Amino acid sequence: MTNGWTDVANADVVLVMGGNPAENHPVGFRFVMEARRKRKAKLVSVDPRFNRTAAVSDCYVPIRAGTDIAFLAGLIHYALSRNLHHAEYVRLHTNAAFLVKEGFGFEDGYFSGWDAEKKAYDKSSWQYEVDGEGYARTDESLESPRTVFQLMKRHYARYTSEKVAEICGSTAAEFEKAAAIICSTGGPGRSGTVLYALGWTQHSHSVQLIHTAAMVQLLLGNIGMPGGGVNAQRGHANIQGATDMGTWNTLPGYLKAPRAQWANLEAYLEANTPRSLRRNSLNYWSNTPKFMVSLLKAFYGERATRENGFGYDWLPKNGEGENHSWGYFFDRMHAGGIEGLISFGMNPVANGPNTKKMLAALGKLKWLIIAENFETETAAFWNAKKLAETYYPSAPEARDIGTEVFLLPAACFAEKDGAFVNSSRWLQWKNAAVDPPGEARRDQEIIARLFLKIRHLYEQEGGPGAEAVRSIGWSYSNPESPSLEEVAREINGRDLKSGRQLAGLGELKDDGTTASGCWIYSGSFTEAGNMMARRGQRDPTGLGIYPDWSWSWPANRRILYNRASANEKGEPWDRTRAPVRRENGRWTGDVVDFKADASPEDFGAFIMLPEGVAKLFASDLAEGPFPEHYEPVESPVENALHPAVSSNPMAQVFRGDLDRLGTSKEFPYVALTYRLTEHFHYWTKHVAASSQLQTNFFVELPEELAREKNIRSGDRVRVSSARGHVEGAAMVTRRIRPLQAGGRVIYQVGLPIHWGFVGRVQGPLINNLTPSVLDPNSGTPEYKGFLVNVEKV
Amino acid sequence: MHTVAKLIDTTMCIGCKACEVACQEWNDLEFTLGTFDGSYQTMPGLTHNFWNLIQFREVERNGAMSWLMAKYQCMHCVDPGCLRACPAPGAIVKLPNGTVDFHQDNCIGCGYCITGCPFDVPRLSPATKKVYKCSLCSDRTAVGLEPACIKTCPTNCLSFGTRESLLEEAEARSAELRADGHSLAGVYNPAGVGGTHVLYVLSDASRPEEYGLPRNPTIPWAVVLWKGPVKWLGNLVLAGGILGAFFHYLRYGPKSHDDGGKH
Repeated sequence: MTNGWTDVANADVVLVMGGNPAENHPVGFRFVMEARRKRKAKLVSVDPRFNRTAAVSDCYVPIRAGTDIAFLAGLIHYALSRNLHHAEYVRLHTNAAFLVKEGFGFEDGYFSGWDAEKKAYDKSSWQYEVDGEGYARTDESLESPRTVFQLMKRHYARYTSEKVAEICGSTAAEFEKAAAIICSTGGPGRSGTVLYALGWTQHSHSVQLIHTAAMVQLLLGNIGMPGGGVNAQRGHANIQGATDMGTWNTLPGYLKAPRAQWANLEAYLEANTPRSLRRNSLNYWSNTPKFMVSLLKAFYGERATRENGFGYDWLPKNGEGENHSWGYFFDRMHAGGIEGLISFGMNPVANGPNTKKMLAALGKLKWLIIAENFETETAAFWNAKKLAETYYPSAPEARDIGTEVFLLPAACFAEKDGAFVNSSRWLQWKNAAVDPPGEARRDQEIIARLFLKIRHLYEQEGGPGAEAVRSIGWSYSNPESPSLEEVAREINGRDLKSGRQLAGLGELKDDGTTASGCWIYSGSFTEAGNMMARRGQRDPTGLGIYPDWSWSWPANRRILYNRASANEKGEPWDRTRAPVRRENGRWTGDVVDFKADASPEDFGAFIMLPEGVAKLFASDLAEGPFPEHYEPVESPVENALHPAVSSNPMAQVFRGDLDRLGTSKEFPYVALTYRLTEHFHYWTKHVAASSQLQTNFFVELPEELAREKNIRSGDRVRVSSARGHVEGAAMVTRRIRPLQAGGRVIYQVGLPIHWGFVGRVQGPLINNLTPSVLDPNSGTPEYKGFLVNVEKV
Repeated sequence: MHTVAKLIDTTMCIGCKACEVACQEWNDLEFTLGTFDGSYQTMPGLTHNFWNLIQFREVERNGAMSWLMAKYQCMHCVDPGCLRACPAPGAIVKLPNGTVDFHQDNCIGCGYCITGCPFDVPRLSPATKKVYKCSLCSDRTAVGLEPACIKTCPTNCLSFGTRESLLEEAEARSAELRADGHSLAGVYNPAGVGGTHVLYVLSDASRPEEYGLPRNPTIPWAVVLWKGPVKWLGNLVLAGGILGAFFHYLRYGPKSHDDGGKH
C-alpha cells in the first residue's frame, strides 16, 4: 500500500476493484466502514460478482473479468474530457510536461517499436527527448502535441463511456455514475483511495492494470494524500515481507537480481544506478551502491572485500532472457530441467496454474522437500491418482513416480516469533504463543541445519560453487537455529567499525564499512531496540498515522509520496488533511518523503524516480508506456478496439503438451477464481472452524444460465476447461449478472478456490481449470477471466 | 439495575461469520460440518450447538440487487415466550439484566420452550435431551465483559451496552440512514414480546422478513393460556382433584386389597 489500512478512514471515496476486502480483509475493512460513518464516504464496488463488499457499497458496477484497464482508461478519459483532474498537481507532480521522442506512436494495438518476428518491443521510441546533458525536455504549458499530457489525452480519447460499456459489459450510465463519484476527488479538498488485490494482479496484463490505477490517482491528485493512494491488500500475513526480502527477480529491498551480462559489481552498479532525468531530481536510487555493498557485507561478512567486489561474483546470475519466476521454473521442471525443490509454506500443486502440469512437473524431480504444518497436496502429489482419480485419470500410479519426497513438520505462525509485514508496510513484531508440537521445528532451524549440512558436504567434497557456499557469513550465536531477533538485527544493519546498530538507511555506505540485509528495513532494529515491537498509540496529526506503533518501511514513513500532498511552496492542498507541514525550515508530521530540511522547491516530490515526478508515461513495462485494453488470452470476444491484436502481445503463453488453450466455441463461459471469507487459501480446510463455515466446494452460476441448462441450486455440475475439470454443487444466484459484450450475452461463472484432495473437508483443486498464461512483467498467472463450459452431471 | 442489550446494525454487517466462530469457541460448542443450502449461509438454521447464525438473503429492491446479511440468535425478549412455556422450575430464568438464560441442569427436555418461542430459536439436543440457545454469554456479562460475538466483530456492526442507551443509538443511527436516503430505515424491537434485548437497525424496517425476522412476533396463544388462565384453571383442577380425593377418603376410607396380598 502507498498509504495504509488506518489511513483508509480519511477517504471521501473508496474504489474497490480487483479486490473484495469485506470478504478477504474483513478486519481492515473496518476502516472503510469508519470512512463511511464518519466522513460519509462513498464506496464504489466494481466486480464481476455482487460480492460481500458490493453488498455494503453505495454504487456497484458489474464488469466482465479481464476488462479492468478499459474501465480505468474510461475514467482517465472521463476526467480529462471534463476537466475534473487536479490540474496543478498534474503539472507539478507528474511527467505530464515531458516531451516524448518523435517516432513514438500507437497503431492497431501495437506501440511503436514492435518487432513481429522477435515478438518483442524495441523501446527506443518510448523515451523522453533529452538535452545535451541528458535531462528531459519539457513544455510546462502542456500544449505541445509531444507532451505526455497530450499523448495521453489522445491515447485515451477512444475510451468513451459507450466504448467502456461495450467492452466491460455494464451500461454507459452505470459507468458514468461510478465515474462521477470517483472523479469527484479531483479537487484539492477531496481524497479518494483505491483498494485492490488479486482481482487486478492475476491477469496477463496485470502490472499495466495497476499502472492505469496509478494514472487515475495521479490525475485526481490522490497520491501522497491521506485517504488516497493505490493500495494493494496483501493476501497472506507476511506476503509483503516475502516481497520486500526478495523473490525470483529481486534481491532484498527491490535491488535487481544479478544477470550474466553484468559480469562484475561495477557493471552491475553501472546498469542499475539510475541517472537523474531532471536537474532537480533527488533520484534516491542513485544510492544503489550503498544498498548493494551493504547487502553483500551482510551476506558474506568479512569475506566480502573491495578486491573481490564484495563477493558479487558468488551471487548466482540469470542468463540472457532467463526468468526464474514461478510459471517459468515449473515449465523448466516439467521439461526435466530441475533436480530438486525445497518448498516452504507453499503448496504449488494447489496454487499453481494448470494442476495437471504441476503434478507432472513434480514427478520429474529426483527429490522434493516440503516444510509444512499439514500434509498438503504437494506433499501428497505422488498419490493424486488414488486420492482424486476423477480429476487425474491419466496421472501415474504412486509406484511409477521416482521423486523422493521428504515432508518436514514445520512450526506454524503462532509457534514462532519474528515480524509480519502487513499491507500497510508495518513490520509488526510478535511473540511465539506456544511451542511447536512433537517433532515440528521452526523454519530457521530447518534452514540452518540444511545449510550447515550442505556447507559441510561442500567443504569435504568441493564442487562447482563451493567457494560461494563456504563464503556465506553465518556468525549467529546458535548456528543451528539462529534467533530471529539476531536475524532482525542483521537485516537492520550495523556500522562494522563500531559495531553499532544503524539508525536508518541514511547511514549506509558503499565502502564496505556498513552491513544491512535489506536497506528498506534499516531503522527497524536500532540501538534504541526493536522498533517493530513498539505499540504506542500516539496520533499527533489526528490522521491515523500512529508513528509509535510498530515500524513502517521505509524510515517509519506511513504515507508514501507525502510531499505530493502539498503544492510548489509546500502548502498543503487540504489543510484538514496534511500529513506533512513545513515548520521552521523542517518538515513535520509523518516522516516526509523528501529531504527533511530541504525547501519544497529544491527537489521534485517523487524522490525515488529519476524524473523527480510521477510517471504517467512509463517505459519500464514490457507492453507499452501507456496501458491499453487487451482481452484475456482466453476470451469469448475479440478486442473491440483492435481485433487483430486482441490479447497482450507480450503475455507469456506456454506451449507444452499440457498447456492447452480453449476457444469460446467449446468453452463459451468466462470463469474467475476467488477466495471466501471463511477460508485462508488451501490451508484452513485442515481447520475445524473454517471447515464448518464453508464445508462444500460450490460453483456460482447466474440464474439465467442455470435456467438455460435446467440447473437448480444444489445440483451437481461439471465445469471444464481445455486443461481439466472440477465438479461440485451449483449455487444459482442473481449476484452474477449476465453482461453484454461483442454483441452477445456473456455468462460468468464463479469458482472459490479453497478445496483439494487432502484435508478435513475436500473438493476439487480449482487450478485444474486455469491456464499457464502469465503477465510478462510479474509472472502472475491469469486466474481471472478464462474459458470454461458448464454441464449438469 | 439497567438492563443490557445487543445492537446489530445490519447496514454494517459484511457476513464474515466471525461472530459464529467466537460463539462456538467461547461456549465450547463442538464444530461440525456445514450444510449446503444454495447460499453462503453456514447451515439452514440454528442447532443445539450452533447458537448464532448469519442469514444471507438475495433480494431486489426497486430493481437493484441487495444481499442482506443479518445475525440471528436468541432475542432475549422482555416477555419471553420460552419462559412462559417452561414447566420445569429453574430451567429458564430471566436475569435482572434482561438476559434469558437456560439452565440445562433443570431442563426436563419437554420442548415446550420451543413451542413458546416466536423466533424459532431453542433447539433440543438429541444426545442430552436438553434444550440450548444463546445465553448472551451470561458468564461473560456477569464479570463485566461483552458477549463473545460483540468482542470479535471487525466492523463494529455489533455493540453492547444498556438497553436504554442502545435504543437511543439505534434510533439515532436509523435517522442517520434516513438522512442518507434510506427512507425506510428503522429499529426492530418488536412490541409483541414486550420488546427485545437484541435490537436491530434495518435499512428497510418495513420488511423485517427480508432479514429473516418475523414481522410481528407474539407468544403463541396456547402458551399464553397455558401459563395464564389455563394454568389458573389447571391449578383449580389440581386443587379440586386433591380435595376430591380427600373427601373420597373420608367417605369411603382406605382402599382394601383383595388380591391375596401379592404386593
